[in-house]
Amino acid sequence: MCIPRDTLTRWGQVLSKTIAVAFFAGGLAFAVPIGLAHAQGYPSKYDFGMRASEPEIAAVATAIPTDGKGLPPGRGDYAAGKSVYEATCAACHGADLKGVAGLPDMPSGGALRLIGGRGTLASANPVVTVESYWPYATTLFDYIRRAMPFSAPGSLSNDEVYAVTAYILAEGNIIEKATVIDAETLPKVQMPNRDGFVPDPRPELFK
Amino acid sequence: MTGRFMNPERVAAQAQAFAEALSRLGEPITEAEAREIAARHQCECREGMFALAPTRRGLLGSAGLIAAVGATAMLPRASLAKAPPGAVEYQVPEDPTKEPGRLMGGDEGYGSRSQFETDVRWVNPTRTASFTPLQASYGTITPSGLHYERHHAGIPNIDPARHRLIIHGMVDRPIKYSLADLKRFPTVSRTYFLECSGTTGSEIMKAREPTVQRTHGLVSTSEWTGVPLSTLLKQTGLKPSAAWVLAEGSDAAVMTRSVPIDKCLSDALIVFAQNGEAIRPEQGYPMRLFLPGWEGNISIKWLRRLEVSEKPFYTREETSKYTDLITTTGKARIFTFTMEAKSVITFPSGEMNLPGPGFYEITGLAWSGRGKIARVEISTDGGKNWSLAVLQDLVLPISQTRFRFPWIWDGTPAVIQSRATDETGYAQPTHQQLIDERGPLESGPLFYHMNGIQSWAIAADGSVKNVHPT
Repeated sequence: MCIPRDTLTRWGQVLSKTIAVAFFAGGLAFAVPIGLAHAQGYPSKYDFGMRASEPEIAAVATAIPTDGKGLPPGRGDYAAGKSVYEATCAACHGADLKGVAGLPDMPSGGALRLIGGRGTLASANPVVTVESYWPYATTLFDYIRRAMPFSAPGSLSNDEVYAVTAYILAEGNIIEKATVIDAETLPKVQMPNRDGFVPDPRPELFK
Repeated sequence: MTGRFMNPERVAAQAQAFAEALSRLGEPITEAEAREIAARHQCECREGMFALAPTRRGLLGSAGLIAAVGATAMLPRASLAKAPPGAVEYQVPEDPTKEPGRLMGGDEGYGSRSQFETDVRWVNPTRTASFTPLQASYGTITPSGLHYERHHAGIPNIDPARHRLIIHGMVDRPIKYSLADLKRFPTVSRTYFLECSGTTGSEIMKAREPTVQRTHGLVSTSEWTGVPLSTLLKQTGLKPSAAWVLAEGSDAAVMTRSVPIDKCLSDALIVFAQNGEAIRPEQGYPMRLFLPGWEGNISIKWLRRLEVSEKPFYTREETSKYTDLITTTGKARIFTFTMEAKSVITFPSGEMNLPGPGFYEITGLAWSGRGKIARVEISTDGGKNWSLAVLQDLVLPISQTRFRFPWIWDGTPAVIQSRATDETGYAQPTHQQLIDERGPLESGPLFYHMNGIQSWAIAADGSVKNVHPT
């Protein structure tokens, strides 16, 4: 018979406790419950926490996967998006969607620039933007809705988020200006760099 | 959609908010840099070995009291109004053995450091990251108040009584946990490093930053205490197709990252304590995800939600950022989680001054996301010859290891380097090896996961500079 080592150890501890308690208390009556309590170990199920209800989950589960599941009702187009952009986004991202001269950019560079840069990725000076780099349009909607505008995240309506998404995609020549963006059309948008990503090959074998 | 949007009051209020946000964001980098340099040059211990630590004068100067600096420097310390961050200003007696010290309890039960200690985190000009003062680090643990920070929309202030962690998606039973619930589970404590994957990225093509704080300061080590995520997922159960978990923060960026289920079921933790007390707000209070050995960004802070799914979500932070563009092919590596072996000499390091030839103990830190550090080698001749450093025991996996190397400097120019090898046999590469592998990057996105060998040049006058050896 094969007994795992930790089981042996545990019974060894039980035994030694039993002997010790028996020695000091002068009887096994106290020793047995102490030994058993120690031997119980950790359960695998705990009844802490509460069941999360559907409305509670729905209130926070707004992340949009690439198939668009969970996209909210609403719609927006280039024209509506232009006015949202000009009032809400242009101050940081620039009237031409290429950032604002003189503004410090995010540490990793290029975060404020939204369009341009196609054909630059295979160079020492790549211009990384929504247009040139982002693989999925659903990410654009998701990110604007959760984190933009910077000073008032979550303040845009779903229609406004759809609209400004349409505006950025059209300015980046990814969709036509006439395209209406909604739950149906957004996941179908083909981003130029959709196939630009590869799995992590590391650890690298350096020469 | 026009109703709310076109409201002129709302538009005006928003414009005002933007103007304010922009004025904060828009402080020109050059101006901030100039302030930083000015503050540094006021340092009264400029001649000393550890010249970098800002003195009281520097701190006061950078706080906008530059005019007062000249005068106050002449006065005894006790007459200064302001103690350094994390300290309290007390009178300094002529002879501390001739009068009783202060009564206990004056600190209301929470202690502070000496008023003579001034090392602080360096905050970058855009105020999006702060850097650990590695040049003044001892041992391996980073004090919680000096742990590096990287926030994408500021530090939220969260009342733990109102905070919940919801686990849902492809589970049998969606459950929400309060902080009190979490603390009832069996817990573990582990000492792990945490490193931003952008650390040293800007150093790949040339030596840019002056000090080890600014090159390598986005790495820190703490003892973290929490509940294994596997324990929580055992409570919710997992559907057979569960393959990824979306983690979401409760900050204004509502930061999201997708995590492979294998990591969640191995060493992932939900952490609520750091170095023996509650985690700091900057580190995700009241609870954060902690994924040992992986890039810092994925250990979501202020964790409020875990959604089990079949596929990754391709969030903004795992596509447009935190992907590694290979500039020779134009393709980018995605889901590059592991932080590979790395090391840096913290003494002597950039902007220090060695007072003269003689004995110095070279020391620094080494770490690997894949396990334990097996060895650290030191070169004092720019990489021609290497010798083993002594590793401080205990060497822990996925933690920082302190190394030491005795050195007699003969007073001639020298370039000192450290090279770490981890228990998998992986050895820290040179910058050139990384460039050969991933392509050069002059501008654009960050060169993430840059773990190249750092070089410090010591000139004949003892001054130490960040260099790339030729």
